[in-house]
Amino acid sequence: MNVPLSITKTIHEWLFSAMNPSVASGVEMVLIALVYLTIFAVLGLFLVLLERRVAAWFQLRVGPNRVGYQGLLQTMADALKLVSKELTGTDRADKFLYNLAPYFVIISALMALAVIPFSREFQAFDINIGIFFLIAVSSIGVIGILLGGWSSNNKFALIGAMRSGVQTISYELSVGLSLLTMILLTGSLQLSEIIEVQKEGWLIAQGHIPAIIAFMIYMIAGTAETNRAPFDMVEAESELGAGFHTEYSGMKFAYFFLAEFINMFLIAAIATTVFFGGWLSPFGITESLPWLGVFWFLMKTFVLVFLMMWFRWTFPRLRVDQLLTLEWKYLLPINLVNIVLMALLVWGNLTLKF
Amino acid sequence: MERILFYVIAIIAIVFALASVISRKMLRSVIYLLFVLCSIAGVYFMMDYNFLAAIQLTVYAGGIVVLIIFSVLLVHHIELELEIAKFPKQLATGLLCLAGLGVFLYTIYMHDFQVIGNQTTTSTHDIGSKLLSYEEGGFILPFEVISILLLAVMVGAIILAKGTLTSNSETKQP
Repeated sequence: MNVPLSITKTIHEWLFSAMNPSVASGVEMVLIALVYLTIFAVLGLFLVLLERRVAAWFQLRVGPNRVGYQGLLQTMADALKLVSKELTGTDRADKFLYNLAPYFVIISALMALAVIPFSREFQAFDINIGIFFLIAVSSIGVIGILLGGWSSNNKFALIGAMRSGVQTISYELSVGLSLLTMILLTGSLQLSEIIEVQKEGWLIAQGHIPAIIAFMIYMIAGTAETNRAPFDMVEAESELGAGFHTEYSGMKFAYFFLAEFINMFLIAAIATTVFFGGWLSPFGITESLPWLGVFWFLMKTFVLVFLMMWFRWTFPRLRVDQLLTLEWKYLLPINLVNIVLMALLVWGNLTLKF
Repeated sequence: MERILFYVIAIIAIVFALASVISRKMLRSVIYLLFVLCSIAGVYFMMDYNFLAAIQLTVYAGGIVVLIIFSVLLVHHIELELEIAKFPKQLATGLLCLAGLGVFLYTIYMHDFQVIGNQTTTSTHDIGSKLLSYEEGGFILPFEVISILLLAVMVGAIILAKGTLTSNSETKQP
């Protein structure tokens, strides 16, 4: 059985036959953007549900199970409630920046999704600097958090924003360097080429020891980048109210919330692409069925997402100084040594290929 | 299509550049500056020079603007507004800016730009090998000079941050 996934191709050809090329390409871009927005808004909602169910499971509770089958519609209902809520703000806040801040966070999260290859065909933007583009775009998100915290005119929000800035700037280094370690193996920044390289074995197997070290560093730093527990001092509920989004309500709060979950998915998706072969099946068992790529990609990603949720409900929160010590005194030196190790490995041709 | 897009990006850049100078709230001007930098990155993307665009985003938008925001957050209160300068100062600044603009426009219109048809994307591979080559047209010397400069800056920052602790290093560290 060979089902070709050619819906996109059919639509593409139909568009270009119906209109002149420049209009058609514009319409196509808008369509792709709408599809991505819809898919990832819904995906974000279901990630929230998944998080709540996993949390309940870890704490021996049941979790949301009333709205829809096994609570499947719970977060949809929550989203509707958030849309209908009043948008409040503080007195003497900087209204312009206050309203602008959520868009920074959500736009940078959604822009990064464009380059993720979900399968061989399903990739919106196969840019030749793939990974670097991801790092560049995700570095903008922190501006939204800093702005939101400052312009709310609230001391808890401000402290939360400052902590977030410190944390994101520090851990961005580790994310970048651990991905760079893997770039040494692939020799290309383009995501589709990175996956092509992995047809001879996933990179985590090809690079064995340094690759595993890089993966561990990446997961730690990635969890910190998304401001999730155990690195959630940004919104430490017991100390800061809700951190930088204390003063946000309704849909603007929902943007921050959604962006956090999309970022979590993004970190897991990058890890899947770079370490675990993206949409390639394990040992090529379904190589004759290329349409299963999306399934494999999502499966690997959700395993990693589950890992991050596992972190959240297992480890206690770190202090600020512990967090900075972990990054600057442990992760960064290990990372630098690891890059040299990987370079020696590639130089001496010691990689494992199947 | 490309032409329209270019004009849109250029107008955004100019409007926000003006707004960033005129605005009396410090953090707002920083954000306008961020928009200017992002639209310049957009121009690079239009030229298919993805690498430089990503550098623009990481270094300027993600790095420098975040640092500026940080320092503004530390020193600036939300209700403060920047004061308006006195008239002689305004006049002097205006004249200086006009002179600068004049020199700039003169150079642009006098220089004979060559149109490169059929441009190809510069790959990171080319940039990397050019940066480390010591042959004709290589950039190894500036690269090394910059790395020494950065090392000196880093050492300086550590010395400054340590402060008095260097003299009596026996004091308890947190």
